[in-house]
Amino acid sequence: MENSQTKIRVLIAKAGLDGHDRGAKVVARALRDAGMEVIYTGLRQTPEMITEAALQEDVQVVGLSILSGAHMTLVPKVLKMLQKEGLKDVKLFLGGIIPDEDKPELAKLGVDGIYGPGTSTQSIIEDIRKACQ
Amino acid sequence: MPVIQTKSILNGERLALTRTLSQIENNTSEGNQILEELFPHTGKAHLIGITGAPGTGKSTLVNRLVFNYRHPHKGKNAPSIAVVAVDPSSPFSGGAILGDRVRMQDLAGDPGVFIRSMASRGSLGGLASTTSGLVQVFDAAGFDIILIETVGAGQAEVEIASLAHTTVVVEAPGLGDEIQTFKAGILEIADILVVNKADKPGADNALRALRNMLSLTQPEKKSVAHHGEQLAVEQSLEINDLTNQDWIPLVLPTIATTGDGIAELISGISKHKEYLKSSGGWILKEQARLTNEVGNLLQQALHKRWNSSISPSEYEDVLDKVVRRQVSPRKAVERLIKGAGL
Repeated sequence: MENSQTKIRVLIAKAGLDGHDRGAKVVARALRDAGMEVIYTGLRQTPEMITEAALQEDVQVVGLSILSGAHMTLVPKVLKMLQKEGLKDVKLFLGGIIPDEDKPELAKLGVDGIYGPGTSTQSIIEDIRKACQ
Repeated sequence: MPVIQTKSILNGERLALTRTLSQIENNTSEGNQILEELFPHTGKAHLIGITGAPGTGKSTLVNRLVFNYRHPHKGKNAPSIAVVAVDPSSPFSGGAILGDRVRMQDLAGDPGVFIRSMASRGSLGGLASTTSGLVQVFDAAGFDIILIETVGAGQAEVEIASLAHTTVVVEAPGLGDEIQTFKAGILEIADILVVNKADKPGADNALRALRNMLSLTQPEKKSVAHHGEQLAVEQSLEINDLTNQDWIPLVLPTIATTGDGIAELISGISKHKEYLKSSGGWILKEQARLTNEVGNLLQQALHKRWNSSISPSEYEDVLDKVVRRQVSPRKAVERLIKGAGL
């Protein structure tokens, strides 16, 4: 048995100032149980911190949880900074409270998936696996 | 994926560095090739191990330690620091939650710091099998200090001692009575013993118990554990003056959340480095580490070769006989080795 296979590495971060991290923890736990390596950074992450962590940890996926309503400010910043660091191939997934009318704009910016309350963790896992193929 | 240039790593390009770390962690041939090319450039960094039971405050201590290193008194140069933080992989799913960064937020945005989390991926000694490879990359990339934080370790996870030059074992008040300090294992590998959370009740008792334990020990010839066998160090290298000036582990209180005791810990770590350099212990540690590394690689290579030589049907057949108690496990191994033609 080889214990040296490629693992999907995912950064789960709470962007901005809201303190509700239950959703992020539920997703992190589900991804762990799906065999992924989850780098959990905790609360109040700035776009700079998120980008730095994504680079240092060489993750394939960044999962942002935002419930503060600041997604239209934070997400473009994160995407721009990831690009600047040469992390163009990193997928960005978004969770939290994201109004429907913002979704087309976010998709256009390059967000790979948006998941609101009630999403099954299984669908997130499948989407991440697909995106990392 | 574009080919990573060894030169980019030596020049400190972060993207090349991080991609290389993944290649090595995934044990790819490209990663191993880069490691080959980087090896001559290693051997400069001070490798510091931080180990101890879960929840004693290792990550918080690393956060504070690195922060203080990076903000020295005026006129002193701040060393560049890499942190390799290992957390356990799930034995069931193979997944992991790597949460050490949560405690290291004070280091964000500092270009002189690089933090990499890794999962143990089935290894049991407190590190992952590729941790030493990652450390070599950081070493070649020119980091002055490399801090290696192990998984939360109990009594027997002592692999860090054969990787690090200086091993810091972190304890916290209330983790057991004096008898615990007698036991073999993790306390023996400490060059520095830290009682963290020293503001909590019981801290004085913990400090006293550890100091008592040390006062019972007579300095004697050190030996290096190698696959469970004890090798006397004099046997492997001709340095005889170690016995006269053996290192007695320091016992230091800290409060990582406030930074109390961190300056003393940093000075303790430098003292240990000076001791190693002046006593010849540095070379000894290097030798023990590389011997260990070769041993591990040899084991992996032999296992891999065996794995590709044995036929799956023969393997299953022998296992089946063991389960039915027709063949003993030892005899089974003999047959399997023979069957692979090794």
